[in-house]
Amino acid sequence: MSDVGGVWVYAEERAGSLRPVSLEILGRARAVADALGTRLVALTFGSEEATARDLARYGSDEVVAVEHPLLGRYDTRLYTDLLEREVRAGDPSVLLLGATRDGQDLAGRLAVRLRTGLTAHVTSLEVDPEKRLVGWVPGFGGGIEAGIVCPTHRPAIVTVRPGVFPMPLPVSMPCEVRWVRPSLDPSQLGSQRVSFEPKGTGVDLTRSEVLVVGGRGTSGDFDRLQKLAHRLGGEVGATRVATDSGWVERDRMIGQTGVVTHPKVAVILGASGAVQFTVGIEKAGFVIAVNRDPDAPIFDSADLGLVGDLGPIVDRLVRQLGEA
Amino acid sequence: MQSVVCLKVVPRPEEVRVDLEKKTLDRSGVRSVINPADLSALEMALALRDKHGGRVTLLSMGPPSFEPYLRVGIAVGADDAVLLSDRAFGGADTLATSYTLSEGVRTIGGVDLVLCGDESSDGGTSQVPQGIAEWLGCSQATYVDRADRTSDGLLRVRRVLEDGTETIEMPFPAVVSVLGGTGEPRFIDYDRWAMAQQATVHVIDAAALGADPKLLGLKGSPTVVAGLREVRKPGRRHEVVTLEPEAAAARVAQELRRLGLVPEKEPSAPT
Ligand SMILES: Cc1cc2nc3c(=O)[nH]c(=O)nc-3n(C[C@H](O)[C@H](O)[C@H](O)COP(=O)(O)OP(=O)(O)OC[C@H]3O[C@@H](n4cnc5c(N)ncnc54)[C@H](O)[C@@H]3O)c2cc1C
Repeated sequence: MSDVGGVWVYAEERAGSLRPVSLEILGRARAVADALGTRLVALTFGSEEATARDLARYGSDEVVAVEHPLLGRYDTRLYTDLLEREVRAGDPSVLLLGATRDGQDLAGRLAVRLRTGLTAHVTSLEVDPEKRLVGWVPGFGGGIEAGIVCPTHRPAIVTVRPGVFPMPLPVSMPCEVRWVRPSLDPSQLGSQRVSFEPKGTGVDLTRSEVLVVGGRGTSGDFDRLQKLAHRLGGEVGATRVATDSGWVERDRMIGQTGVVTHPKVAVILGASGAVQFTVGIEKAGFVIAVNRDPDAPIFDSADLGLVGDLGPIVDRLVRQLGEA
Repeated sequence: MQSVVCLKVVPRPEEVRVDLEKKTLDRSGVRSVINPADLSALEMALALRDKHGGRVTLLSMGPPSFEPYLRVGIAVGADDAVLLSDRAFGGADTLATSYTLSEGVRTIGGVDLVLCGDESSDGGTSQVPQGIAEWLGCSQATYVDRADRTSDGLLRVRRVLEDGTETIEMPFPAVVSVLGGTGEPRFIDYDRWAMAQQATVHVIDAAALGADPKLLGLKGSPTVVAGLREVRKPGRRHEVVTLEPEAAAARVAQELRRLGLVPEKEPSAPT
């Protein structure tokens, strides 16, 4: 396949800086572009010159920086129109986006605009012997995953959740930055923002080295988990049951819908070990699980499992570590 | 306000078995439920109808066996239901699914607002609502937990983002994806239950839908499953022990120390 359009990564800018997931994707996309024998292009929309320069340090052959004050806020209509224009002009074979809320809003709209295929939430990206990009998606019910290709349409659009790929190191490689300065006016926006309320937790579990994770078995008592996490210099994470119950913030959810983490150690308390959860801790260096059910599937994903009631164990653990 | 709520019937995930030899999923005998996030979308639609009047129509794509679930939706409060059912719709990816549903919305006609769940629980992609919006060429808002009509006739929604919530306004018609877990879905109204059993679920096939056959089902789906494989699980030690709490805690502490993860002092203490 001779391909001039190349592999494109849409790098999301948020509050003047790049989303880490975009850089994670760039790292992996470099290998994909090499395997396909084509170029890697990173595309960003926004208004910050520093972002484009930063982006240029992560291994792409070219950075396309679309700049306009109106791009300071994500708007479905304006962003879709502009990305469509760039994609039609550049004709990439692959377009990768981070599966953030805005990234998914954009990817789903753009895929239909371009009448092309979209593979959502891949957990790995490979190039097969026929030089097709295969996006692997965990199968329903777990245990198996499906490899999805988009053989007859371009670009193949793929979204990737935060934390799936490791953060690449900056490289010194020549990279051309092309500035695109479209003339835009507010009538091209599809929506008006009335207000924005920052949530302020700002927690990013994909960066944590130590995670103390609670499930339904905690019965909502996350205080002791918080104490343990604090003692270990880590963060508290949770299963979907725990976040849906409002016990902790939703951005602490780990797993298929949550985030994929790679801590040095994860201490999992009172979680059954559903595959939708365990995909989020598979990349942990060491997994310790406490569950009172000796047959809980979580033990299949653990290095060290303790059968018992989590409350007394955690309380004693905090006390013992406190004596250090 | 005329609303359509897209509703999907999904198998209970815990009942689906995987045949690792054959690399297939066994869904036989698996019980189904209405996709939980879609119930949040229905609740939002009903709340808007309570406030502004209008109708709420359920829209689903699937086999005739979905009908009873649509009746559940009617018993909960929807006015009527449309089921798009045809073998030609089968094997659809997000492009074909969103096309088919958008044609359903057109057929219903006069729709101001389409509400979907933000994802389906059977390996959902979270992409169908945006697709429907594009096929219809209308406004969209995803991950919404509040929606209302303003006095100047705009749709005002609150989107829940990673770092906060944004409130935006846009013109109708629009498609919104409602964040799962939003609102308390109301209980089935037992007066409506009997009525729902008698209600007509309008079943529409491909011919009646008048959609472009090339864009339906497998044929209209650019993505293809190239293969299935066993998920590679990382090698774990799988040491499972039952100990008294004190000893269990000591065992964990020992492991954490071995890994060098126990700071000598409280992390917040001055050094
Ligand atoms: C499409 C889809 C996506 C999903 N995405 C996610 C996701 O991203 N993240 C996620 O977590 N889930 C996700 N889920 C849900 C997932 O399938 C499980 O339902 C969920 O992970 C279960 O959470 P849990 O382990 O906390 O609860 P449960 O499954 O109820 O397990 C509770 C466990 O706690 C143990 N326990 C109870 N009391 C105690 C005690 N006192 N001491 C010790 N142990 C105790 C029990 O033995 C049990 O094993 C998803 C599901 C679907 C269908």
